Amino acid sequence: MIERLDISSPTVSISRRDFLKLSATGLIVFFTTGDLALFTGEVDSAPLPSDFNAFLRIGEKGMVQCFTGKIEMGQGVVTSLAQMLADELDVAFEQIEMVMGDTDLCPYDRGTYGSLTTRSFGPALRQAGAEARAVLLELAAKHFAAAVDDLDAEQGEIFIRKRPQRRISYQELTEGTRIEHYVSGTVLPKSPGEFKVMNRARLRADALEKVTGEAEYAADIRLPDMLCARILRPPAHGATLRTLDTSGAESIPGVRVVHDGELVAVLHEKWDMADFALQRIRATFDEPEPHVDTDSIFAHLLEVAPSPSTLAAGGNLAEGERQSQTVVESTYHDGYVAHAPMEPHTATVHYDGNSATIWPSSQTPFPAREEAARTLGLPPEKVRVISPYLGGGFGGKTRNLQVREAARLAKLTGKPVQVAWSREDEFFHDSFRPAAVIQIRSGLDNNRHLNFWDYHVYFAGDRGAEQFYDIAHHRTSSYGGIWGVSSGIHPFAVGAWRAPANNTNTFARESQIDLMAAQAGIDPLDFRLGHLQNRSLKGVLTAAAKRFGWKAAPAPSGLGRGIACGVDAGTWVATVAEVEVDRTSGAVRVTRVVCAQDMGLCVNPEGAAIQMEGCITMGLGYALSEEIRFSGGTIHDNNFDTYEIPRFSWLPKIETVIVDNVDSPPQGGGEPAIITMGGAIANAIFDACGARCYRLPMTPVRVKAALAVSG
Amino acid sequence: MTETIRFTLNNTPITITVDRERPLLWVIRHDLALTGTKYGCGQGLCGTCTVLVDGSAVRSCQATVGEVADSAVLTIEGLAADNDLHPVQQSFVEHDALQCGYCTPGMILQATSLLNRNPTPGRAEIIDTMENNLCRCGAHNRIVRAIEAAAEKLNGGG
Repeated sequence: MIERLDISSPTVSISRRDFLKLSATGLIVFFTTGDLALFTGEVDSAPLPSDFNAFLRIGEKGMVQCFTGKIEMGQGVVTSLAQMLADELDVAFEQIEMVMGDTDLCPYDRGTYGSLTTRSFGPALRQAGAEARAVLLELAAKHFAAAVDDLDAEQGEIFIRKRPQRRISYQELTEGTRIEHYVSGTVLPKSPGEFKVMNRARLRADALEKVTGEAEYAADIRLPDMLCARILRPPAHGATLRTLDTSGAESIPGVRVVHDGELVAVLHEKWDMADFALQRIRATFDEPEPHVDTDSIFAHLLEVAPSPSTLAAGGNLAEGERQSQTVVESTYHDGYVAHAPMEPHTATVHYDGNSATIWPSSQTPFPAREEAARTLGLPPEKVRVISPYLGGGFGGKTRNLQVREAARLAKLTGKPVQVAWSREDEFFHDSFRPAAVIQIRSGLDNNRHLNFWDYHVYFAGDRGAEQFYDIAHHRTSSYGGIWGVSSGIHPFAVGAWRAPANNTNTFARESQIDLMAAQAGIDPLDFRLGHLQNRSLKGVLTAAAKRFGWKAAPAPSGLGRGIACGVDAGTWVATVAEVEVDRTSGAVRVTRVVCAQDMGLCVNPEGAAIQMEGCITMGLGYALSEEIRFSGGTIHDNNFDTYEIPRFSWLPKIETVIVDNVDSPPQGGGEPAIITMGGAIANAIFDACGARCYRLPMTPVRVKAALAVSG
Repeated sequence: MTETIRFTLNNTPITITVDRERPLLWVIRHDLALTGTKYGCGQGLCGTCTVLVDGSAVRSCQATVGEVADSAVLTIEGLAADNDLHPVQQSFVEHDALQCGYCTPGMILQATSLLNRNPTPGRAEIIDTMENNLCRCGAHNRIVRAIEAAAEKLNGGG
């Protein structure tokens, strides 16, 4: 086991290579996840080291340790990754220890996002496990003077098949020695037929700690002499401090006020006392004139859009439009949405002048280390980041602003500092899912088949924008994205939000497909199936419809069911939602959701189902209620009283179907099932009452307005 | 103004000298060094800071420590008796009724408060009681099933 850091000397730090040099005996298997260039735009960080980015250590007390820079944020990888290793290595699940997100012990990793852990890291991890097993078999063959082919392994022991009482444990094979192995790809991982742990439901491994209150989050770290900081926030993004009077705060015993450039912070050994003191600061700010607000943002986005990049194109649009009997042009709008994890951003920093140790709530521990090192003026190797449990991430805990704040204050005060954002800080400094506009022109030929599709997406991002329907003439154009857009586009920070870009793109595409199906007078499921070649997509659509008990009828049928499909993180997904619409109030109640997913090999069906349920629940929010209201840089929603996230009474009956596909590589599971929620609910509302909503979220006011238009 | 306040914390009588107007949440987290009770919103809107006071759920960010004088306060650390999980805790584990775990202590204590009051709640009452405890990961339906199962177990079934 890795010893818990002794908090009386928190910066006694060993570097990873020292750790490997000095203390590591046993079999050590180094491996790399290979090409991770997939989502380089998402997080600004250094390239992956080419030698290795994770390793296994087998030996001590019979344990198998896996050292990786990935982190657990509720998505369950601490369980599913251990399942993979247990199977490949033939050890008990309990013999696996996942050591995650410690920058001194674990090799560099960009971070945990993009549903990459299972689909990219997973296969590499299995390969490492398989090769570790092969090395152990060779060691045992020497020990027994037997052929490797005559040996087998179970429960951390190798035995001679014909004389199963002759066995030796992994611990005995590796004790006191040090064997290094670099993964070479020469051994095949197990085939699905050999799985004993993978592809089987398993309860989460971290549950016991979490139900007893023992699980430690960043704000639970306590260091001697530590100060809690509360930071003075401006009333609006872009506002600058005009006058400041901190005397009211300074008169409180134990309070320390720091004013350094634009940073004004109040520190006290107790968070509530620092907060109490913060309320006694008198400050005035110069606020810039607001240029955009919740409703005018869309015209603004169209105005400032850069020239587009073409993501996909085929056929000839003009020709397609000329041949069309019916042309439908629609504009879809999506507002800013907050991550709102239950745990606000937090970082605890210990800095002694030469080195630092940091416990952040972060999806990106290594980039957090870089940020802290820059802030403290230290080389990165002098900074150690230790990752406690993360109280939800959803793409929002990747910027590490709170790490910079805490590091800066630790340096300024010479004390250990904890910055734990208030809920109001969290809403103010969140990197929201960007507001976006999507314009679509599409047409039907005289066979009621889609024959052209002209798609323009502004600022949502590219993921999920390319359509997969069988349409002869098509083009997908993207204007601006989520990352790297120039200042002046959005009045505050934006960033990745669970399945970035794909919620907005799938809502627009699937709404438009439904409109075309209605124009054609064809059942929305039949219309989709009639335009699809992809077997996986047809498979999930059919599976969801079958479980739901879908009966063909053109919309609006009055049944109040809607269907939508898409692909995210390599996983194909289809969702059927059933709704009730209150025509008087415009309120929508989702009564049932059936979601089918083809994610290749499903490592932990229980974990995957939970992720789908989480996606469906979170999807209710962006579909029905969640939207940041603002004027310029002033955020009007700053707590859960006005920013409404889904509650118990909102929950529909949820049914998840995982399409069996064990022979394909595993794909992402934490994001796909959320992308279809906006479209499925919009289409269900249309099916219920004929009202078509073009703007998310579909609040009662907007549904009522849509009802008025539909008559 | 600091004063001496007595109450029972996790079945042990304690005496602390503290400003009675301070929020119970922060006295628990700082002065009493129990960090299982979480801060979520600071306004009693999310329920992550829920503790039991004389068996009933209380938002500890809204209660002052003075208000719990002479009462019995139970935090998540005190729920398991002699290392045996409370049936609600056990049921949360068995139903995978959590993901990131941050709202979990508050959820478990809110549910325990309900079962203290009514050992046989129907689904509608469970949902109604849990309504103002927020979970962002989306474990809601599993939490409801976990509470139903815990109730059954407490009533001698299951």
